[in-house]
Amino acid sequence: MTSFAPRSPLFPGMTADRRSLQLRRIRNNSQVMTGGSILLLILLIALIGPLLTPSGPYETDTPNRLLPPSTTNWFGTDNFGRDLFARVVSGSHVSLMVGFSVALITSGLGLVIGLVAAYFKTADRILMRILDGFMAFPAILLAIAIMAALGVQTENVIVALSLVFTPYVARVVRSSALVVKEQTYIESLRAQGASAYRVLWVNIAPNVLSPLLIQATFIFADSIITEAALSFLGAGVPPPEPSWGNILFDGKTLIFSAWWMTVFPGLTIMLVVLGINFLGDGLRDLLDPRHKSIRK
Amino acid sequence: MLIFVLKRIGALVPVLAVVAVVVFLLMHITPGDAAAVMLGPEASAADVDALRQELGLNDPLYIQFFGWLGGVLTGDLGTSPFLGESVAAALLSHLGPTLSLAILAELFAILVAVPAGIIAARRRGTLIDQGFMGLTILGISVPSFLLGLFLILCFSVGLRWLPVAGYQPLSAGLVEHLRYLLLPALALGSMQAALIARMTRSSMLDVLGSNYMKTGKAKGLSDFALTYKHAFKNASLPVLTVVGQTFGSLVAGAAVVETVFNIPGIGQLIINSVDRRDLVVIQGAVLLIAVAYVLINLIIDILYGLLDPRVQVS
Repeated sequence: MTSFAPRSPLFPGMTADRRSLQLRRIRNNSQVMTGGSILLLILLIALIGPLLTPSGPYETDTPNRLLPPSTTNWFGTDNFGRDLFARVVSGSHVSLMVGFSVALITSGLGLVIGLVAAYFKTADRILMRILDGFMAFPAILLAIAIMAALGVQTENVIVALSLVFTPYVARVVRSSALVVKEQTYIESLRAQGASAYRVLWVNIAPNVLSPLLIQATFIFADSIITEAALSFLGAGVPPPEPSWGNILFDGKTLIFSAWWMTVFPGLTIMLVVLGINFLGDGLRDLLDPRHKSIRK
Repeated sequence: MLIFVLKRIGALVPVLAVVAVVVFLLMHITPGDAAAVMLGPEASAADVDALRQELGLNDPLYIQFFGWLGGVLTGDLGTSPFLGESVAAALLSHLGPTLSLAILAELFAILVAVPAGIIAARRRGTLIDQGFMGLTILGISVPSFLLGLFLILCFSVGLRWLPVAGYQPLSAGLVEHLRYLLLPALALGSMQAALIARMTRSSMLDVLGSNYMKTGKAKGLSDFALTYKHAFKNASLPVLTVVGQTFGSLVAGAAVVETVFNIPGIGQLIINSVDRRDLVVIQGAVLLIAVAYVLINLIIDILYGLLDPRVQVS
């Protein structure tokens, strides 16, 4: 499910005087542009979509159940006669909310854990063993288990995914911070008597932000996929609240009579994940030229 | 070599300890009383008390942990209050389909991805290369359960070539077995295939650019011998690592794909247990897969050491 393994640690790169050059490179980087445009489009639809639907995501209309796509119901209707486009748009709010929250929480926790581990040797030994233990669980499985223990609720999806993905962020932050820590200017700061707190938060932290940002985009994508999988399995967002995953679950039982209930939410997920992966890959090439080797 | 193996095994102890603690704590992060949650709101107070007694939830936490750990180490994963059988027995009876599916998916992935990666590397920069690499991005972006649904829609609903869902054990005949497992294995193996193809391509590119390849060419070796006998042998190490590292997530992915195709494996056992909130079964299943994942990585590490003696030194 997850594709963390080949995402190797990244290195910091951007300085202020190179910013105009960076902007030109962003425009010239087709991956960032493609990924960014796809995501902007999805965001736009998520924002204005509710204005374009004939009825709300919860409004049932039994006489008009299982209608194929038409000019009024762009994605057709489901087995309760609810407009599928309205439900997919409403599902995008849940997905984006979960993805964004998890990316934010894991970035915060991962930054603290990673920096502390990189700077203090004893803490490093303990923290890394704990992270290794967490990473021995396949992500989706640990998420399912935590959901089973906490109970099936949208907020718990965020808690579970944050627990599952934090180690992956912390590792990236730690390995970037280890590189920064060896630089001469950090050594001279320490020789001048700067406190560990100051060196860590004022001098090292800003230099690990770009790898952190790249990892956060990947976590964003992985959270959206995992939330959809969890909801599809009945261990994520509980119905009737629409989520791409639980719409797909409803669609699976009707796969012979209503292909649109599988195709539209499915394509939406694909498009979003593709967009985020493009953006993440492009950002990585942009911010970390040394990583180019992956695609030669 | 022996020291290398022992060191690797020693390094696993803390990891396994953390795994055990996390799995143990699953029962204790449940808001409220785990026994009451498991039995649901209709259960009588006496039943809840009895289950709590049975699970040992009244003891202090550390006594519970060591009692549970002792059981796990002797193969006793507890008894499910819902299935009426031991968790170990339930896992064992669901293991077959999951293993069949995971192995088939891995085979498919290797058979497709390794040649594709080699071809892409040899024809680097051409349309073929770009096409393959485009496909791998798609493979990484489409989650397995979604691909499964699309495959069902295409091959079972549209073309009606293959069954929509279900499972036939190997004892029902190989053809029948494969007929039911073909789509699930495709769905599960495609992300794996994408990762392996990318890794094969980039490690082949590293090797193809090296000096001894030039020597081989100057010696008059055929292209075929150069690519497959000399280059791929050296490029296969990183590929092996990807295969090993991702086999664990493959087994976990099998859990999801099983649900799409109604295959009675560990995944379905886990999902049914989530509905019932049968935490005892979930603990057992998660522990089994995590430990299997750690052991597979150990084997890969050791293989790596055997294939490339330099690894043993570092």
